[in-house]
Order: sequence, then C-alpha cells, then structure tokens
Amino acid sequence: MSALVSPRFLRALLPPLSLTVLLLAIFYLQPRTMSYFGLNLLLNLAVPIALATIAQMFILCVNEIDLSIGGFVSLAACITATWLHDTPLLGIAALLGLVAAYAGMGALIHVRQLPSIVVTLGMSFVWLGLAVLILPTPGGKAPDYLRTLMTLKPPFVPFPIIASVVLALVVHFALMRSAFGTVLRGAGGNPRSLERAGWSLLKLKTTMFAASGLFGVLSGMALVGLTTSADANLALRYTLLSIAGVILGGGEFVGGRVSPIGAVIGAVTLALAGSFLSFLRLNPDWQIGAQGAILIIVLALRVLIGRVEAKR
Amino acid sequence: MTAAGRLLRQPWLWAWVGAVAVWAATAAFTGGMGSGQVLSAALTFGAFFVIVALGQMFVVTLGPGNVDLSIPASMTLAGTVAMKTMGGAALMIPVGLALALLVGLVVGVINYSLIRLLRIPPIIATLSSSFIFQSAAIWWNRGLRVKPPAALADFTTAKIAGVPIIAIFVVLLAIAGHVVLTRTIFGRSVLAIGQNMRAAHLAGIAVERVRAATYIMCAVLAGLCGFLLAAFSGGAALNMGEEYLLNSIAVVVIGGTSVAGGFANVPGLWGAALFLFLLVTMLNTFGAGAGIRMVLTGLIIIGVIVAASGSRRET
Repeated sequence: MSALVSPRFLRALLPPLSLTVLLLAIFYLQPRTMSYFGLNLLLNLAVPIALATIAQMFILCVNEIDLSIGGFVSLAACITATWLHDTPLLGIAALLGLVAAYAGMGALIHVRQLPSIVVTLGMSFVWLGLAVLILPTPGGKAPDYLRTLMTLKPPFVPFPIIASVVLALVVHFALMRSAFGTVLRGAGGNPRSLERAGWSLLKLKTTMFAASGLFGVLSGMALVGLTTSADANLALRYTLLSIAGVILGGGEFVGGRVSPIGAVIGAVTLALAGSFLSFLRLNPDWQIGAQGAILIIVLALRVLIGRVEAKR
Repeated sequence: MTAAGRLLRQPWLWAWVGAVAVWAATAAFTGGMGSGQVLSAALTFGAFFVIVALGQMFVVTLGPGNVDLSIPASMTLAGTVAMKTMGGAALMIPVGLALALLVGLVVGVINYSLIRLLRIPPIIATLSSSFIFQSAAIWWNRGLRVKPPAALADFTTAKIAGVPIIAIFVVLLAIAGHVVLTRTIFGRSVLAIGQNMRAAHLAGIAVERVRAATYIMCAVLAGLCGFLLAAFSGGAALNMGEEYLLNSIAVVVIGGTSVAGGFANVPGLWGAALFLFLLVTMLNTFGAGAGIRMVLTGLIIIGVIVAASGSRRET
C-alpha cells in the first residue's frame, strides 16, 4: 500500500494523470469529441509537437537548452513543402544538411564552452532567415506520401494515438533501455565520470544534437503533411511548447533526468490544452497566458511532491 | 603596463571597434551621404537597447542560468498599460510613467517569487511568466493603438544639436548603472555572487535579497523602456518587444560581459547596441533582403560570441 502513495510514484504519475484529467474535462464539455473522428481532430497537431518535444528533450538531457527549435522546424517544413516536393534529391540532401548543422551547433557549443541559450537564440535568426529566403510567402505543397501518411485512417484507433505511442516507445527503448542510451544520458548526468571512463563528451553531445536535429526535421515534415503547405513562421511557437512539454512530462533541467514517454504525454497535454481552453469559451486573449499558468501549476505541484519526499 | 596596453585589454573595446567599422563601411558605400542621420538614428535605437540591456547585464552577471526572458512581454505590458491610462493627455504623463514602472516592479516580484518558491531555473520561470504578461497585454490592449501624449512623443524624438535627447538621458542612466555596478555594495555583491555564490554567501552577502533586487531592477528597466518605446513609436504594439529578446542578451554578451557571470561592464553595452543597430543598417544599405539580413545578424552575433567569450575546453 505504501508503495502506491510514495512520492516517487506520485511524481511519475503526474504527467499521465494531468492528461487524463484534461481529456475527461474535454469529453465532459464536448461529448462529441469522444469518437474516432473527434479524437483524430483533437490530436492531429499533437504529432509534430511531440516530435519537436522529443528533439528538445535530447538537448535538455545534456544540460543545454534549445531556443531555436521553432525556427528550425519551420525551416524543415519550408524545405519539405518546396524542394522535397519539387526535387526530392535536393530536398533530402538539404534536410540531411540541417541535421548535420545541428550536430555542428552542438559541437561548437561544447568545444568553445558557449552558453547554449545565446547560440541557439542566434541560430533561431539563421533558421528563420533561411526559411524566409526559401519561401518568402506562404505556399508550397506537401509531398503526396507525407499527406497520405499523416491522414491515414487505421481501423479502431486514430492515427495520432498510434503515432504518439510508437514514438514514445521507440525513443524510450533507444534512450532509456539501451547501453548507448545510458551513456548518452550520462553526458548530462555525470559528464566528468564518463570522461574518466574514456568516452568523448564531444562525440556524445554531437550525437545528441544530431538526434535532436533529426527529430526537428521529422517534426517539420509531419507538420507539412498535416497543413499541406508551409510558411516561414509556421512553427515558431514550438520553441516554447517543446520546453514546456518536456517539463510537463517530468523532465528536469539538469542532470540528464528526462523521460521520453513523459515528454510525449506532455506534448499531447499541451496540444489538448488549446482545445480545452476554447471549449471552455475562455477569452482567446488568455490562451497563451493559460499555457504559462498550466506550466507554473505543474511545477508547483512537483515542488509540493518534492517537499513530501524530503520529509520522509 | 602602458596606457595603450591597458586599453587593449578592456573587454568593451571590441564592441566599439565593431560599431565604428560597420559605420565606416556604410558611410564608404554611400559615399558619406546621410551618415549623420544614420548615427543619430543609431543613438536613438541604441538607447532603447541599452535601457533593457542594463537590467539584463545585472541579471546575467548573477551567474550561469540567470537570464530574464520576460523582457519583451514586460515591455509590451508596461507600454500598453501606460498608453491606455494616459489616453493622450499630457497631464497624465507622470501617472503613466509611474504605472509603467509599477508594472515592471510587479513583474519583477512575480518573476523572482517563481524562481525562489518553485525553485525552477530563471529561464523557465521568466519564460512561463512572460506568457501570462503577454496575455495580460493583449487583454488590456484589445488591439487598439492609443496614441501617446504629444509632449511625451516630442521628448522621445527631440534632438539637441543633432543628438537625440533620449540618448543623452540613457547615457546618464548608463553612467548611473556603471557607478552602481562598480562603486556600490549592491553592484559588488552582484559581481561576487556571479563569481562564486557560496563564497559570497559565506562572506555575509544576503544572496537572495540581492538576486531579488536584481530581477526587480531588470523588470523595472524593461517597463521604462516599454514606456519610452511606445511613446517613440506612436503607441504600444503587441509585438513591440519582440526583437528585444535576442538583442538584450546579445548586447550584454557582445559588450564584453561574461555570460558565465561575475564580470560585467557598462561601456560595452553602448558599443554593442550601436554595433547591432548599425549592422542592420549596413545590411539594409547593401540592399540585403529580410532573409539574408536575419541570417547574417544571427551568424555575426554567434561569431562575435565565439571570438569574444569562448575559452577552449581543456581535455
């Protein structure tokens, strides 16, 4: 019995619990969402947000922060809607180049010991500028296969749910259960001991940034598959959403303590929060503010649980 | 050490060299046409950068992880509230100014309370609170653009012998900031905390009180900047603070303040602010489009930071 109410268990339960409460509230407010199509509509945009959140999680895992992911996802979306659609080979090369650029950014931050917050803020200008150069006005067209994939209608379970579960499990096993994943997390948890054990921190950090770039690119592609066209400002709010998603999902800012499953749940929660607020008929002026408030409330809950834990 | 040698070691020197070089390049391109106006505009816009950067500098100096991301939202909120309350009446200017500063004060208190009570890194605390401030500004403003009182607008655009009054005012503010940083117990405490928080605490510095004061001061300066910027640009716009997020940090870092905390300087703020504005002007003059301008601004900021603050990791 005591295991059931232990603070550690409570903390692990916080993300799925908040998601359940939110989902029940939405069902109560708008019963029609409780159907295949309702859920599909509600959760559609959660997939690119979840991918961006996983990208951010890799960065937070190695004690850095990425303020450029929104611009990066926008750029990936612009490339997907233009080059990848018109000249697939050039598109693939450009997207791979983006992943390499992310890895390079990680290497630069590590080698020169730069503050990631400043470097990524600067890079957000670069990504946005490139996106504007590629697609000066909203437009472009999603490649057909992406469109088909993102609008799949599998029987019984809506596609966004399957995609989120698969994403969470794949990253969970790669990062939390594999030997190399443990080493990667160690780069955030105890870099010094890893270095003494003969691992190259530079390689580990570069790998994490490359993984983050890969998921950022996937997020942009998924987004274009949903919206069918792109624009340079398409995903700018993803920067904040992704950080909030990782935190909601139980991730810590330092020490390599992250949870892929939690991050995906956090991202889905945030995606639902927007719908919930509009079902509440809340003044749209307060939409962004409510997201900030949700973040603060969850952090406050975590402090409370931490207090209980400390008392024992 | 010779005087020249000492000058070369000043951390703020490179920002000024950059500013002069960029200005000279622009002047050379246009054949000296309009360089006077460019300089005057740079002084005005640079002044706005310096006001927020002054607060951000104190915050950054507190040590790694300390940064205020709510500056754009606080500027917008303060500007909106002040403009709407004044409603264009000159008599209300003192009330508007007081309100803008009060908004800053409240924002600062909220920010610090979140950092302290929730024990979350300042980045996340100021980020989440900025959502709420931004929403409050949208709600307060209702998309209306209230014109500032004419007397206030005149003050922000007035010039004495070609030098904008607001620039003179901000130079005085910067001098005050310099004195606070280098000559007062508060300034020395901020530096000490940035160098070693534990040692500062053991030396008897009231660490948390100094941190609280720093975050509040930063938010009050953001409020002041929002007030002046709204008056300057003919009313508060919801996106008026946008470019101040990156720029407030960039000005501090390019100005030679250590991002790791513990070392700060005020003269560099002015140099870096002028450099950043003149850089954009130069790219405009060269006929670069919005995309190229953004890419180059980002790359140059990173380049300067790599050149100035990075020390090679020893392995």
